[in-house]
Amino acid sequence: MHSTCGHISIRDVTKVFDGHKGHPAIHALGPVSLDIARGEFFSVVGPSGCGKSTLLEVLSGLGKATAGTIEIDGTPVAGAVPDGIGAVFQQDASFFWLNVWDNVAFGLRRLGMESAEVAHRVDNALAFMGLGGFAKAYPAQLSGGMRQRVCIARTLVLEPRVLLLDEPFGALDQQTRLLMGDELLRLWRETGATVILITHALDEAAMLSDRVGVMSARPGRFIDVVTTDWPATRDSRVVSDGRFGSITSRLWATLREESLRAIGTS
Amino acid sequence: MKSNKLDQVLLVIAIFAVWQLLYVAAGPNVISSPARTLTRALELLQTSNFWVNAASTGIAFGTASVLSIAGGVVVGLWLGLRQFAGDVADPILGALYSLPKITLYPIILLIFGLGLSAKVAFGAIHGFFPIAIFTMGAVRNVAPVYYRTARVMRLPPTVTLATIMVPAALPEILAGVRIGLALTLLGTLIGELFASTSGLGFALIRATDIHAVPDITAITFLIFLFAASVNSFLHAIERRTLHNA
Amino acid sequence: MEGHRRPIELSQTSHNENKGRRHARFDTDRNPMIGWPHLSKTSRARAMILIGAVLALELLCRSGIIDRVTMIPPSEMFAALWQIIRTGRFNQDILFTTYNIAAASLLAIAAGVLLGAALHAWPRARNVVSPLLSAYYAVPTFVFYPLLVIAFGTGRLALIVMGTLFGVVAMMVNTMLGLDHVPPAIAKTGAIMRLDPIRRLFLIRLPAAAPHLITGIKLAVAYGVIGIVAGEFILATAGIGKRVSLAYDNFDNKTMYGMLLMLLIGVMCINGLLTIWEKRLHRRFGQR
Repeated sequence: MHSTCGHISIRDVTKVFDGHKGHPAIHALGPVSLDIARGEFFSVVGPSGCGKSTLLEVLSGLGKATAGTIEIDGTPVAGAVPDGIGAVFQQDASFFWLNVWDNVAFGLRRLGMESAEVAHRVDNALAFMGLGGFAKAYPAQLSGGMRQRVCIARTLVLEPRVLLLDEPFGALDQQTRLLMGDELLRLWRETGATVILITHALDEAAMLSDRVGVMSARPGRFIDVVTTDWPATRDSRVVSDGRFGSITSRLWATLREESLRAIGTS
Repeated sequence: MKSNKLDQVLLVIAIFAVWQLLYVAAGPNVISSPARTLTRALELLQTSNFWVNAASTGIAFGTASVLSIAGGVVVGLWLGLRQFAGDVADPILGALYSLPKITLYPIILLIFGLGLSAKVAFGAIHGFFPIAIFTMGAVRNVAPVYYRTARVMRLPPTVTLATIMVPAALPEILAGVRIGLALTLLGTLIGELFASTSGLGFALIRATDIHAVPDITAITFLIFLFAASVNSFLHAIERRTLHNA
Repeated sequence: MEGHRRPIELSQTSHNENKGRRHARFDTDRNPMIGWPHLSKTSRARAMILIGAVLALELLCRSGIIDRVTMIPPSEMFAALWQIIRTGRFNQDILFTTYNIAAASLLAIAAGVLLGAALHAWPRARNVVSPLLSAYYAVPTFVFYPLLVIAFGTGRLALIVMGTLFGVVAMMVNTMLGLDHVPPAIAKTGAIMRLDPIRRLFLIRLPAAAPHLITGIKLAVAYGVIGIVAGEFILATAGIGKRVSLAYDNFDNKTMYGMLLMLLIGVMCINGLLTIWEKRLHRRFGQR
């Protein structure tokens, strides 16, 4: 499962939500400009309501930018979901009416793939995500962390070139989060996809990413981009590296002011 | 989603449009056009015969309403205040509520014969169950902290009931009454369709027997108007009490 | 429900009582009735009330307080029903009614889901129609019956149309409610997978609306039963309703109560099956 694509170019992207019936228009995002390299692991942190999720919406094509351009591998993204995008959200998106196996196979079946190939891919993905024994279980019988793994596995089998994660571990407890972070890194290395992770946890962003973008309070713009220079083979043990502390301090120093501003304006 | 005036007008226009289309498709031997129906309805409204029937339906509906409200609220209160009795009765009431009362109609006819009392019985059994169920639920849902507060204030039981429990439970009780009254009207009218010698439902059956299509359509239309008004009226009352509660 | 207990166990402590049980016990109490299956206090009270009611009815009927013209004893009702089943003399009618109920329910469900999904996709229309939908079950839809009979004759078509009309709005309303409550994460996943709107509706959004759809299905079936049976009472051309109506006219209480009992048992079975199905889905899908 390797991808050699996933270069993202964001130019002066702005998103304004129209006002209606007496409510003013909301300038949620931008202008934002950013280049994300192929196979890069990029995190976005920022105060609540700053537009992080809006950025993902626009990147994925679920929403349309009011101004500016987005290109993935040279092809513009404008209000329609391009090929090769995977997304995992904070809320549980596992299909509760299907068992784990059918959940993961769902996307492949829609593509009309033949069942032997589907079985092969699904079994691999389940093994990769540690879901091997749970193929026949239903999401309602699994813990929150397991359900997120199902969602990740379901995205994984489709071999996305860009993987968008909107606070995927937000609903999980701290220990599970750290373990899932390691899994995510394993996945990233295995697939070579470009990963964009939105998180409010600075340590998570600092530990997992190649670069971390700090977003200002609404309307969100990038006010700092920190490069971590971690090796590609990293795992959660980078927390003991000397530079980890300085990275998180820098992130917090920038973020603290913006958070105060966000509370003041919201 | 509150419907604005334009939407309401659009709805009325849409209904008349569909009606007219049905008339054009099915012909005057099946249904009358809106225009014809309205004129016939106005004619009927000026006959004393119509008002005699309307009064008959009204009396039956009124009596059935009083019975179902009184019975439902009393039983609901009793079951709501007694934990064990309420626990036992809850599924029984639920089962009886979901039982199609249609299955009881012949029995009611045998007991009450044709006439007013049968209609009232039909109506009452339709309305009794939702009112009892909602009242019971309303009483049981009163937050226990209210009762604790009353005990700290050393209020006698009757005062607690009247000044704390009833106001707290009132919105939900009223919701049940609204549903119950709608069903009571349904039951009364169905009773008239089946077995009655007077009333609007009876008038409808009579018109059907002689195949007087304009009459059938006009009476259907008037019954429909009546039911819709009763429903809006009850909705308005409920909205006003919710604002006060 | 637990199995039988020997009386000696009553004096032992609670951890011994739970030995060998697969699940915990709820509010049972000490009942010195030997061999009595273990029911909770409320279940026993309920059972006694039901048995008591039937017994009371039996006594009242047999003693003549309730005269035979009005009602026959429950035991004779069951006997009459057994006769009817054994001789099979009303099999045609039973099939007729069952077919009608099934047809009306299925039509109401199918039409309700499609119309509900369509309205959900067109918010303006939904807004306009919404007062009609919320008042629908407050107005006696039955008054349209004569019109239906004139249009479709006195055969099964009028009955099925009535049953369908009666149930379709309940299905529509619940479909719209269910689609309203599809978790956004699930809806977005469907969009990310680039499925076209039709496939998104049938493969993702409607399944995600399952809990509400089940409520709608139960209601559609319940209303179908009411519509068909009431119609058969009125029209009396065929079906269980006809047999009841005829028996009533002929003062044939045995047949009438036998068939009413059949109706009651049939309705309880349908409700029971639907509830079992619903509970099974709740277990599999989790409480939503």
